[in-house]
Amino acid sequence: MSVGKSIPRVDGLVKVTGKAQYVDDIFEKDMLYAKVFRSAIANGWVKSIDTAAARALPGVAAVVTYEDVPEHSFATAGHPYNLDPARRDVADRRLLNRRVRLYGDEIAAVVAVDEFTAEKALSLISVEYEEYPPVLTAEDALREGAAEIHKGTKNIIASTNYRLGDVEEAFARSDYVFEDSYSTSTVQHCAMENHTAYAYIDNNGKIAVVTSTQIPHIARRIVGEALGIPWGRVRVIKPYVGGGFGSKQDAVVEPLAAFLTTRVQGRPVRLQLTREETFIASRVRHAISFTFRTGVSKEGALIARRGKAVSLNGGYASHGHSIAANGGNKYRQIYDQQAIQYEALTVYTNMPSAGAMRGYGIPQMTFALECHMEDVAREIGMDPIEFRLKNIVRQGWVDPLTGIRVNTSGLAECMAKGKELIQWDAKKKELENQTGPKRRGLGMANFVYASGTHPIGLEIAGARIIMNEDGSVQVQVGATEIGQGSDTVFCQMAAETIGLPTDRVFIVTEQDTDVSPVDLGSYASRQTYVTGMAVKKAAEEIKAKTLDYARFMTDIPVGAMDIADGWIVYRHDGERIMTVAEVALNSWYNPAAAAPITADVTHNARVNALAFGCTFVEVEVDLPLGKVEVREIYNIHDSGKVMNPKLAAGQVRGGVSMGLGYALYEQMLFDPKTGKPLNANLLDYKLMTAMDTPEIGVEFIEPFEPSAPYGNKALGEPPAITPAPAIRNAILAATGVKFNQLPMTPQRLVEKFKAAGLIRKNPKDF
Amino acid sequence: MYDISKYEDAHTVEEAIALLQANPRAVVISGGSDVLIKIREGKLPAAELVSIRGIEELKEIKLEGDETVAIGAAATFTQLTRHPLISRRLPLLTEAAGLVGGPQIRNMGTIGGNVCNGATSADCAAPLFAFNARLRIQGPEGIRTVAIQDFYQGPGKVALGHGDILTAILIAREDYSGFSGCYIKYAMRNAMDIATLGCAAAVRLRDSRVEELRLAFSVAAPTPVRCPQTEELAKGRTVDGILLADIGRAAVSEVQPRDSWRASREFRLHLAEELSKQAVAEACRRAGHESDRESDEEGDGEGGAEK
Amino acid sequence: MTTRKIAFTVNGEKTQLEVDIRESLLETLRSRLNLTGVKKGCGAGECGACTVLIDGAPFDSCIYLAVWADGKEIRTIEGEAREGKLSRVQEAFLSEAAVQCGFCTPGLIMTTTALAEGGQSYTRQEIRKELAGHMCRCTGYQSIVNAAEKALAPSPEEDRDCCGKCR
Repeated sequence: MSVGKSIPRVDGLVKVTGKAQYVDDIFEKDMLYAKVFRSAIANGWVKSIDTAAARALPGVAAVVTYEDVPEHSFATAGHPYNLDPARRDVADRRLLNRRVRLYGDEIAAVVAVDEFTAEKALSLISVEYEEYPPVLTAEDALREGAAEIHKGTKNIIASTNYRLGDVEEAFARSDYVFEDSYSTSTVQHCAMENHTAYAYIDNNGKIAVVTSTQIPHIARRIVGEALGIPWGRVRVIKPYVGGGFGSKQDAVVEPLAAFLTTRVQGRPVRLQLTREETFIASRVRHAISFTFRTGVSKEGALIARRGKAVSLNGGYASHGHSIAANGGNKYRQIYDQQAIQYEALTVYTNMPSAGAMRGYGIPQMTFALECHMEDVAREIGMDPIEFRLKNIVRQGWVDPLTGIRVNTSGLAECMAKGKELIQWDAKKKELENQTGPKRRGLGMANFVYASGTHPIGLEIAGARIIMNEDGSVQVQVGATEIGQGSDTVFCQMAAETIGLPTDRVFIVTEQDTDVSPVDLGSYASRQTYVTGMAVKKAAEEIKAKTLDYARFMTDIPVGAMDIADGWIVYRHDGERIMTVAEVALNSWYNPAAAAPITADVTHNARVNALAFGCTFVEVEVDLPLGKVEVREIYNIHDSGKVMNPKLAAGQVRGGVSMGLGYALYEQMLFDPKTGKPLNANLLDYKLMTAMDTPEIGVEFIEPFEPSAPYGNKALGEPPAITPAPAIRNAILAATGVKFNQLPMTPQRLVEKFKAAGLIRKNPKDF
Repeated sequence: MYDISKYEDAHTVEEAIALLQANPRAVVISGGSDVLIKIREGKLPAAELVSIRGIEELKEIKLEGDETVAIGAAATFTQLTRHPLISRRLPLLTEAAGLVGGPQIRNMGTIGGNVCNGATSADCAAPLFAFNARLRIQGPEGIRTVAIQDFYQGPGKVALGHGDILTAILIAREDYSGFSGCYIKYAMRNAMDIATLGCAAAVRLRDSRVEELRLAFSVAAPTPVRCPQTEELAKGRTVDGILLADIGRAAVSEVQPRDSWRASREFRLHLAEELSKQAVAEACRRAGHESDRESDEEGDGEGGAEK
Repeated sequence: MTTRKIAFTVNGEKTQLEVDIRESLLETLRSRLNLTGVKKGCGAGECGACTVLIDGAPFDSCIYLAVWADGKEIRTIEGEAREGKLSRVQEAFLSEAAVQCGFCTPGLIMTTTALAEGGQSYTRQEIRKELAGHMCRCTGYQSIVNAAEKALAPSPEEDRDCCGKCR
């Protein structure tokens, strides 16, 4: 057995020795360096630009502006292409733009012999702007007569509205109705490797882009669209990637890098964003405001629900409205009720473009929902856990809009486990009637997530396996390892299904769209579920071919044989017949019958499986200092069967820490007058350090999901979803104060504690 | 690549002064953690640097004849946190130096740079104010000594002329002997952060009464500041909750924090009150003052503030 | 362009190099000596990805001028595995699953190595403080602290479990 074991990462060795090559570690002969000339205003347009001095600087190979790039617009979101033009992503940017839509917008670019010269050249470009007041809020964006960031949009990217059941009637029938509003902040992914790519024209005359991406195949199409050239003329290569978290599920630097190499006769051009540029000019998480209205019965059953969301998107659509819309799906897929409505609106602002980020709208929605569920439970005097348990969707539930059926749900077990781990009941009692400046509290929150995007998005994945002469195999996938451990898990899957020891399975970690099987990439927590099925199918084919070849060699019927631990064995008793290596060698070199064993499959997943889980947390709140200490935190996941427990636990902890940052530390801030980002660096943007991060407990409930290749469901994104609402609910339990806005910073806490009269002014005694 | 057009090494203080005098554009670089960042931000285009990294005497930490602690300006934060002389005589400074940035930054940054940078947020500033530190400055005119309060002239502005080198920070025996101290760095993170507010308290007790209190803040005004009225008010008083409350209130009236996107003036004033109470309480505790049970429940100082 | 000749030891090898006065040690190591295990995450001393050991102590090589390396002993991740054998710290990072995307890993291994060679013992909280100059977005640090704890333990322990909470 290989699946389910904590084998070490297959890429661990090259990473601990520093040998793993990331994009910037690869140097090409004659390489040139590009820098982008970015706007120093958030909203306006370029009246004139003077690049003469930059062009004249020795060492500068090219200077291009919005005047030099193709006229047409393109979309950057890392979604599969849609044959239906109406369902494609919003094509709203050119390679370089004259209309400035965010601080740091891309106006011109310089290519030079080195970075330093490129930077010098940037400083020689002068621009005259016409500046408009920045639009930084939904109110400003939607105000009657507001200046349009994109013509003809009224600053609305898209809106949705679904209704199930008679919502008005259900509210009327509810015993109680509650309504409240919640809001989340703009945060950034902060993958340790910044966005970076280099492009050149290869021996076939193709534009090759070597890039830190989650989506090589999609990026190829986007580059083709952006440059207006046949997609097959583009080649995208992905080496090791230093984290993505959704920001690299987008074409941020690839199109421009590809364009720039065409301006310098195909010489390699590196376009590497600084950390500051990554903050402002890659992607961020949408800040979303929600208003939830909920009708319940006296017994605590949800009767009617209405959610409204307004999502701030920034200057360009990127993933646009998909995020708020996805929030609406999970709003519906976690608790059941009689009638439900969800309305969402996504607006343009003059802020960094919001795109995909770990959880894709669900951290935002779940913060609001799980705060609201807590508040409603308290209002009706019901235990918040009981209230949730009473209303969660259960096995067999079918989502009326997507048709997704809950085959397995371990949510109730997750909640029970969380209660037990944190000693909920005992501590609740202990924490009654606290006084003093430090107070402890318990909180929890639930989530639901999906395994991939079906049926909303296409879900295809490719896998190729080649058996070598010695019976070992190479696995190739188009899915991308970006740190989450997918390469390791694919190796485990192939080993499991073929019947090989894991050390006989190798994976090609690099994707090259000229070579790799077709896959959509690393997003939507899809790879073990969707690509995993492709790997399984390919492995099954390898196994079948191996056994068939063994039959040819031995005359033993295929049905009587199996493969175990690298051996052809008798199925009934496991007795060894011959090694897989012997079969492989023969299959390569038998003069008459040679047919090396290979498989190349594409899988189109027309299924989805909901993953569930929860966070349980105990905090201690220092009232006068406004500090929250996480004393204990547990994430409990129903991700179906866990493929590699140690790697999975690591992924969960990373997600929880991201969720903690979302709760307490992280937010991008903008000058309200100019729209200029105030904290676009790692000193001022408060990514937690090892000293800020608590020990994180991880537990898995493992029902076997029948629609999955190995019983598994989504895990990559879910860990980041529930820490924030759980902490908010724990602070509420500790202090009685509701925080409906993220992040819950010390200043916000102190302000509210003062307002609530919680902070004592005059301690009587020392 | 840093935009550096000239780089010269000085091996003695005199040589550094001569190099600076010869070049009006020259900027002193020592540890580099501030100067290189400024260059990176484009604030020193075509920088011309005089490095004092090669001047060994600037790295020394020693006791002078009258038991004045003399800290070479180029002593790094790591050196300060590990030096027995500092931890024995100026543990308040050990505490503050250990809260600067992270280990790599502490290996690099120097106390002299921290002070010469003129930032109100310097972690070492509040303790040095509390210690009445004097700065030994060598320049073309010779050596002079400046009180740290006079050294800071405004945000980013210090009493250094072109050609002046801060060589040592001096703390006289009477300014540390018998004092117990506490430095609280209040920041958004427990490491790699700049203070939202920093508070240093040094106290000398006699029979549970305050013989002398020194209270200093960073980020509470355009420069680091002391709170003379608060210190005066504490003189001779018994250490109890009433005194602490008085200290907190008085401290607030002596600071002038600004509103910024990092924190509001209001919040910083609140912190000034809280941190002064907690820092003084902890300093008293370290001075051997036993608190009663109720005060323990107040939980002052116990780790909470140093986040 | 002004250059200077420096002589330094890199991963045990005496090296002489003509460096630009504008160059950071990070750039020298990566571009000139091809030691690309040294990563650039911010260029401003904020993330620790570029950490190398200079005379045994961890420094952010992005804010360290190359000219300062004259006479120094520099160690990078590339020098840690000797004759194909991983260092104890590298082993610990592997076995504790402290590696995910791997971008922060080389720097963290170098700082942990400095701790391990310092011969001091550290509590878990002290380890966290010593590693606080490194940012990691993948792991939540726990497995990294586990790895450091393992590497700093007086004698090698076999297959020590992590915190036990996930069991």
